[in-house]
Amino acid sequence: MSVSAAEPAHEPMAPEPWRIRQVRREVADGEVFTWTMEPLSGEAAVARPGQFNMLYLFGVGEVAISISALADDGTPVHTIRAVGSVTRAMQDLGPGDVVGLRGPFGSAWPVAAAEGRDLVLAAGGIGLAPLRPVVHAVLARREAFGRVLVCYGARSPRDLIFRDELEQWRANPDLDLRVTVDRGTADWKGDVGVVTQLIDRGGFDGRNAIAMVCGPEVMMRFSALSLHRRGIAPERIHVSMERSMRCALGFCGHCQIGPHFVCRDGPVFPYPAMEPAFRVNEL
Amino acid sequence: MNELMEMLKDRPFFEGLSEAHMKLLAACAALRSFEPDVCLFREHEPAEAFYLVRSGTVALESRLPGRGARTFATLGEGDMLGWSWLIPPYRWHYDARAITPVHTVHFDAAVLRDRMDHDPELGYALLKRFTGLIVERLQAARLQSLDIYGDADVGLGG
Repeated sequence: MSVSAAEPAHEPMAPEPWRIRQVRREVADGEVFTWTMEPLSGEAAVARPGQFNMLYLFGVGEVAISISALADDGTPVHTIRAVGSVTRAMQDLGPGDVVGLRGPFGSAWPVAAAEGRDLVLAAGGIGLAPLRPVVHAVLARREAFGRVLVCYGARSPRDLIFRDELEQWRANPDLDLRVTVDRGTADWKGDVGVVTQLIDRGGFDGRNAIAMVCGPEVMMRFSALSLHRRGIAPERIHVSMERSMRCALGFCGHCQIGPHFVCRDGPVFPYPAMEPAFRVNEL
Repeated sequence: MNELMEMLKDRPFFEGLSEAHMKLLAACAALRSFEPDVCLFREHEPAEAFYLVRSGTVALESRLPGRGARTFATLGEGDMLGWSWLIPPYRWHYDARAITPVHTVHFDAAVLRDRMDHDPELGYALLKRFTGLIVERLQAARLQSLDIYGDADVGLGG
């Protein structure tokens, strides 16, 4: 397969056919699953951490899915939660099935800007998926970064995704992984509480740190407050927004927040650009 | 006592306290350790202490009829544990159990409570800090109760 620049390949509104190579169930009931795919054309644009693709299940519909890893050959890996009509139908697909893909789209996490600094990643729920490529990028050039703290919160132990990889990260002295759940179980020996409490416990130099946050908006809002309280300037806190993306090109306006098109200007924004929106109900 | 003073000075919770008040706190403090599964305190017992967790993990638990103990929060290194000693009837509202080896600074709260009554400056300084702590925990409990990772948490994943 050959790869080209980070712009969407070919005509941006026309999905290219991609074949599912591998499906991995991330949680016991299979509600969250990861697809490794390959383009039938043999060509794909290289994505950057934080970007997303539009995945099209022919005859059903199209959804924006963030890129949860880049395979060794540069092809994007997608982690999907089955919650809507399209993603529920996607749950039934397996290796060999073909879907449409447009992308990659949107802004990326500022990984280069984190070099020489401490890095705090705060993920909630499936928000770990768009942050995972950042961890991979950091581990590939670990010496370029200061302390790396990964805070991950989920609803319960059974909802934790990328479990095998979490174990690898936990054993890796180059990373400080902290995991918490809202509700523990009898056999859960880890932390119970919200992800903001992991941030509050610190372990980083706020004056020289950069933060990347992805999860439900209420979690991102409180995480940003905690990060700021720990000394990280708001402009060094970055959030990834989720809205109903349709065209992914900034034309249709479905994902508009004030002057920003989340699909084109985001999904990754500096926190100050989104902070006013966090204060508006139902925006 | 000097060792304890140094230990406390490093902690953000005690930042800004006067030298005299720090000395008083250190005089009321002692190092205590707990093996895994040992309770630091139990619900309804008199609350005569609070703790600074130096290392390890402490589970805060409530017992539910027929369902055993349920952990609703865990505390770790640098966290303060316990405020029931501030509020009548001075009894713990939950159990605190070590789930790993836990090392703490234990404070004699009964003595401190008396000193706070007679030294309003100390009383205000400590109440301000514990109120901040209570608000933080309340916010966390509210977030936990919202079930923010429910179906509305789609992200760019579904």
